[in-house]
Amino acid sequence: MSPSRRTFLQLSGAGALALVVGCVTTPAPPDPDEVPTPRTLDDGPRPGAGPPAAADAGTELSAWVTVHADDTVTLTIPEAEMGQGSTHALALVLADELGVPFERVRVRLADADSRFGRQSTGGSSSIRGSHDDTRAVGAAARAMLTAAAAARWQVEPGACTVKDGAVHTDGQEPLPFGALVADASTLEPPQDPPLKPISERSLADVPRWDLRSKVDGTAVFGLDVRVPDMVYAALARSPILGQRRGGVGDLAAVRAMPGVVDVITGDDFVAVLARDTWSAFQARDQLPVTWEGGHTELTTEGVRTACRDALPTGAVARDDGDASVALASASRVLEATYEAPYLAHVPMEPLSATVHVQGDRAEVWAATQSPTRARAAAAEALGLPEDAVAVHATFLGGGFGRRSHPDYIVEAAKIAKAAGRPVQLVWSREEDIRGGRYRPFSVHSLRAALGPDGKPVAWEHRLACPSILAGMGRGGGIDRTSIEGAANLPYGVPAVRVTAAAPELPVSLWFWRSVGSSQNAWVTECFIDELAALAGADPVSYRLALLADKPRHARVLKRAAARAGWGSPLPEGHAHGVAVHESFGSFCAQVVEASLEGGTPRVHKVTCVLDPGQVVTPDAVEAQVHSSIVYALSAALWGRIDLDGGRVVQSNFHDHRVLRFDEMPEVDVELVTEGEPFGGVGEPPTPPLAPALCNALRVLTGEPVRKLPLVG
Amino acid sequence: MSVTFTLNGASQSLDAPDELPLLWALRDHLNLTGTKFGCGIGQCWACTVHVDGVPMAACQVPLSAVAGKAVTTIEGATDAGFGHIQDAWVTEGVPQCGWCQPGQILKAAALLSRVPDPDDAAIDVAMKPVLCRCGTYARIRAAIKSAAEARS
Repeated sequence: MSPSRRTFLQLSGAGALALVVGCVTTPAPPDPDEVPTPRTLDDGPRPGAGPPAAADAGTELSAWVTVHADDTVTLTIPEAEMGQGSTHALALVLADELGVPFERVRVRLADADSRFGRQSTGGSSSIRGSHDDTRAVGAAARAMLTAAAAARWQVEPGACTVKDGAVHTDGQEPLPFGALVADASTLEPPQDPPLKPISERSLADVPRWDLRSKVDGTAVFGLDVRVPDMVYAALARSPILGQRRGGVGDLAAVRAMPGVVDVITGDDFVAVLARDTWSAFQARDQLPVTWEGGHTELTTEGVRTACRDALPTGAVARDDGDASVALASASRVLEATYEAPYLAHVPMEPLSATVHVQGDRAEVWAATQSPTRARAAAAEALGLPEDAVAVHATFLGGGFGRRSHPDYIVEAAKIAKAAGRPVQLVWSREEDIRGGRYRPFSVHSLRAALGPDGKPVAWEHRLACPSILAGMGRGGGIDRTSIEGAANLPYGVPAVRVTAAAPELPVSLWFWRSVGSSQNAWVTECFIDELAALAGADPVSYRLALLADKPRHARVLKRAAARAGWGSPLPEGHAHGVAVHESFGSFCAQVVEASLEGGTPRVHKVTCVLDPGQVVTPDAVEAQVHSSIVYALSAALWGRIDLDGGRVVQSNFHDHRVLRFDEMPEVDVELVTEGEPFGGVGEPPTPPLAPALCNALRVLTGEPVRKLPLVG
Repeated sequence: MSVTFTLNGASQSLDAPDELPLLWALRDHLNLTGTKFGCGIGQCWACTVHVDGVPMAACQVPLSAVAGKAVTTIEGATDAGFGHIQDAWVTEGVPQCGWCQPGQILKAAALLSRVPDPDDAAIDVAMKPVLCRCGTYARIRAAIKSAAEARS
């Protein structure tokens, strides 16, 4: 692929009090022969917003650096901070490249800014997407400060070095950055600044910049925004999916409830405004609203049937060799059907957005994975141009994909416009779990034929999975998010056929951490394990024999098996299960040690070997492995969204269980960094957990697991 | 009606409905947003505060129930003598998204006030109510042990 074009911007102007440097990257035109790398959450137009504007599709802002006259530096990071710590990694890289001690650095999260194209965090892309540009910005600012110092000393820039936030040359007192700001601001940014070699990199060993505020209560998340004269809002919601608002009764009694400021009735909504969130919730629950229509027929069983019925209609996503002939002629054939449920994201911080509309301008404060998508959606809802809408970034109390959808921001914007004052819309936990936007339900029908040596000679995977992209107005063709992790089956099987059907169902879908791989890795890695068992082979050896052309898969698998003591005796009643999977440019193998306690699965240990090519901050990557495992384990054990009469059955943590402290397994992490290009980290350790666990349970019970969740 | 209590060491009066949960009194009336909302039904303990030294889920405590009592929130944790716990949280790199961490810290602080050197079983029992979706449990355990060590 030809490289992207990078344009440095000097934003401060001549004689300014601060030097501000950033860069905009214009991606190279796509190579028609290249299979695009999915950047799942990033690369689409905004929902409901028509085709993307040229700037949105064509440019991306990197971090930018502001060097102040007092020698401090502000690093503005456009990525969202939802716990993954990539903003810290990028800040460390920028500070090191610039040559400034981290204690003089202040990190801030970027607001949506129309000058800079798209800002969106998802698809495990923060480091792999922004590392090089961030580094380049530091180098450009360093080159400008060096040039300013060299001019003052009348020496060549090559005779100068940068260290500890100052420019040095022989025989002169060092010039601190602050003293060079005014001169450097008169210079054009270099277009190809020399980068410090990675081998000379010395990243500051300091706690993450956001931690102190997260332990003393001062960190501002979306729900923590407080604006003068603000009121809290709660929206009336239909109990059944797809209902329209009907009549609204007499609101006098609700208006008279304690704490209520007003009840607002818009074209398609009714909202309570109150002095506090609780009063808004209490009053909302008493609103005399009738609801009409809706998908009262919708049940989980109906979804299951729709998926099963759709299986034969799938479009061909991969067709190597002739699987049907091999299947028809083989002596040993295994067939299995798997079923994965709808899943909700359930970030710990419930959704909220704060909006203030003043005439032809609006301000939005929200915990969002995509400030620019949020701004576009709010602008559309308010009938304002995007430049009239400011979106201020806050910390995110978890995202997992949910916060890249701007629905809650659109709702808040409509209410705030009608209210004529600042409004914070708050979703309750029940609204979050019942509010749609789920990982799709899916059904998978697999068949494989084994040759005389026990190896598969044919593999057929027919899947039915409602389309996320079709729901975004991007239907047509196979939804690539439904086949990722299935069509790219890594095993060397002569005949592979994968088909995908997308039954249309009236349930809103969205990207859930690791997206299609979250279900497809479970299916494919459980099925290959069943084939190994049928062949009487060891699951690790069986896979390795089929991974001759996949060295990175094989490497993480071998290392995980060795590290976990694969094949060594385990305590009575314990078993190992294994899985390996590639997603988001990284390779991950996990070995799960599990037992059954009173019939309930218990995970004792997870050994994880992750190969993301390179890492910036190993400590943060290890934390992301823990995070992925906890997230995936919660889902494997209990995660489900059921439908009954058009209602979502689950509502809060009592019936939507997630992993608790005493259920946390020991987690042992090894990172493989052999210098390949950066892969993602936030999602790739998620997919292998469920199949590795189910494979361990199959050893314990002798029965394959073909349906999730495991409990309930 | 007006309720008077001690909040982070200072007297505080608030005129609000008796049944208003302490969580929302703190967050929305007093703008102490360090106490976090997670479920509203006492299932996640993101809203953990101390009432007369006892950890409670503030979403389940009516404002009227704290009349005359001493309430400590994360904003008062350092002054209440829990600074070494907060420091351990930073040193061990515990927070990811951070939303549940004020609750985690105050739940751990109550444990350490009662049991200065807790074993794993005691930590399990004390920390089980507080949910985290980011996978910080292992580092929370390490931070509790390191905070205990700092005081031994």
